[in-house]
Amino acid sequence: MGIDNIWVFAQAADGAPTSGTLELLTQARSLGGNVSAFMAGDGAGVAAALGDHGAAKVYATGDLGGALPGVAVSAAMQAVIEGGDTPDLIMFPQSYEGRDVMARLSVKLDRTVLTNSTAVSAEGDAVTVQTPVFGGTKLVNSTFTGERPFLAAFRPKSFVAEGGAGAAGEVVSAPVPDLGSAAGATVTAVHVEETSGPKLDEAAVVVAGGRGLGEADKFDMIESLAKQLKGAPGASRAIVDAGWVPYSYQVGQTGKVVKPTVYIAAGISGATQHMVGMKGSKNIIAINKDKEAPIFGVADLGIVGDVHKVLPQLLEALNSRS
Amino acid sequence: MNVIVCVKQIPDPALPGELDPSTNTLKRDGKLILDESDSYGVEMALQLVTAAGGGEVSLVSMAPNDETSGLRTALAMGAAKAVLVSDPSLAGADALTTAKVLAAASKQLGEVDLIIAGTESSDGYTGTVPEQMAEVLGLPSITFAKSIEIADGTLKVDRQTEAGYDEVTCSLPAVVSVTAGVVEPRYPSFKGIMAAKSKPVETVTTADLGVESVSWAQQIVSVEDAPAREAGEVIEDDGESFNKIVEFLDNLKVI
Repeated sequence: MGIDNIWVFAQAADGAPTSGTLELLTQARSLGGNVSAFMAGDGAGVAAALGDHGAAKVYATGDLGGALPGVAVSAAMQAVIEGGDTPDLIMFPQSYEGRDVMARLSVKLDRTVLTNSTAVSAEGDAVTVQTPVFGGTKLVNSTFTGERPFLAAFRPKSFVAEGGAGAAGEVVSAPVPDLGSAAGATVTAVHVEETSGPKLDEAAVVVAGGRGLGEADKFDMIESLAKQLKGAPGASRAIVDAGWVPYSYQVGQTGKVVKPTVYIAAGISGATQHMVGMKGSKNIIAINKDKEAPIFGVADLGIVGDVHKVLPQLLEALNSRS
Repeated sequence: MNVIVCVKQIPDPALPGELDPSTNTLKRDGKLILDESDSYGVEMALQLVTAAGGGEVSLVSMAPNDETSGLRTALAMGAAKAVLVSDPSLAGADALTTAKVLAAASKQLGEVDLIIAGTESSDGYTGTVPEQMAEVLGLPSITFAKSIEIADGTLKVDRQTEAGYDEVTCSLPAVVSVTAGVVEPRYPSFKGIMAAKSKPVETVTTADLGVESVSWAQQIVSVEDAPAREAGEVIEDDGESFNKIVEFLDNLKVI
C-alpha cells in the first residue's frame, strides 16, 4: 500500500495559487507517490504553477455559481473518490475554505480530521502529523488509525514552497453534484479590504499593537512605524475583538501566522493565542509596561517601558535618519 | 424563532493546560467554565430571538461528569434550557464524534430555525465541528459570520474571508459559526443568575441519543517539548531605550 496517492486542496487568489497551497504541494511531493491538486473554479490558469510545485493532475470543479466552497468542493471530492480515485491522504491548508471543505468531507466519508498541524511524515502505511499545543511549548504526534483517505490540515508556513517539479498539471473536470438539502447558502457580493504596503504574512517587518496602546487612535503609531520600516501593521486578538482594527490585521491562532525578519510587539502581553502566530519570527522586539509579560520570554530585545513614550521617540529617531 | 447555540465548557484558560499522562489528551476533570468564544453566539441568538418577537434560545453541550457550571452562565444570560451530553465513553472524543453527538442532541429540542456555534473552541481549536454538524444534519451552513440578520425568513450574513468579507444569503434552517466580536456579550444580571438555577438542563448519554459506535480513528503516539526560544536581553526603559531598538534594526540591516 504505502502512501502513494496524495491530494492537496488548492486555493487561488488573484489568478495565482496561494502560498499555503504551494507549501503543501511541495511537502506532498516529498512524501512520494502521485500528487494531485483539487480546487474550486477553473484550473487552466493555475495548472502551470501547481504542476511546477508537484501536482501532476489538477481536479477543478468549474464555477461554483455562488455556492460556498465547503459544501460544494467536498461533494465534488466525494464524487471523484466514489469514481475510483481514492487518495491515501488529503492535505488542506488551515484556512477558512480548507477547514470547511475538510469538515464536510469528513462526515461524507466518515473519517476523523487532524488540524493545526505543522509537520507530517509517512512511514509504510502510517501517516503521522505533529501539532503544537499550549502556545507551541509542546508538540503532539498523532497518527491515523482508520480507513483512508486520511484528512489533515496544516498551518501556513509549516513547509517551504519549492518549484521545479515538472510540467503543468493535467486539468481534469470534477463537477459539483446536486447538493440536495445542504444547498441554500449563496454568495451575493464579495468585498476586498484594500491595504497598502506589503501583505501582513509576507512582510519582512511586522509591527503589531495590542491593548497596551490604550485606545484605538493610538494604533496610528503602529501604522506609522510599519510604514517607516516598509513593513506591515498587525494586531493582537484583543484589539481586533474590540473593533479597533479589521480582522485582517490579526496575528495569532485565529489570525495570520507570520515569520518576518523582525517582529515588533508593542503593548502586547503575549497571550498563547498571539504567540502561536509570531513565535517563528527570526527576531522579536517587545515593548511592554509589565516586566512579567510572557512576550519577554520570546523576545530578542525586550524594553520594559511605556509604548506611548518609546514609540514616538523611535519614530522620531528613524525619521531623522532618513 | 427558535435558536440552538452549541456551547463548550472548558478548563479556565487562565490556568495552565495539562495533558493526562496516561492518554495524552487534555485534562478536563477540574471545574469547567463557559468558553468565552461561545458567549458571542449566545448573545447573537438572544438578539435574533428578540428581533423576531418570539421563540427561545436553547443550548447543547457535551462535557464530562454532568458538568453544568458553564451552561448556567449561558442560561443566566437568557437562554431558556439546555441539553447536556455527558458520557464517560466520550472522553477524548474527536471533532467528528462531537459533531455527531451535538447533532443528535439538537434533534432532542424539536423544530429549530438556526443553530449557532463559535468558530473554534479556546481549548481544542479544531474548528470543524459547526460545519460537520451541518453535514450530519443535511443543512446549509455559513462559517465565520461577523454579522447576522434575518429578514423575511432569510439569513443574511457577512462572512469573514482572507481578503475581506462576503455577503451571503441562506435559507433556514441553517448552521452558522460566529467570530468573536460579532456582538458584545451581555453580563448576566443578578436576576438572570438566580433564574438560571431553576432552568431545565436535561442530561443524557450517547445511548439516550441513539448514537452508535462511539470511536475515533486517531491516536496520539507521543508528546515532546518544543525547542524553546531563548529570551534575549530585557532592559528597563530609561528614556533612551529607543536607541537600542534603532541599533538592533541597524544590525539586521532593515533600516
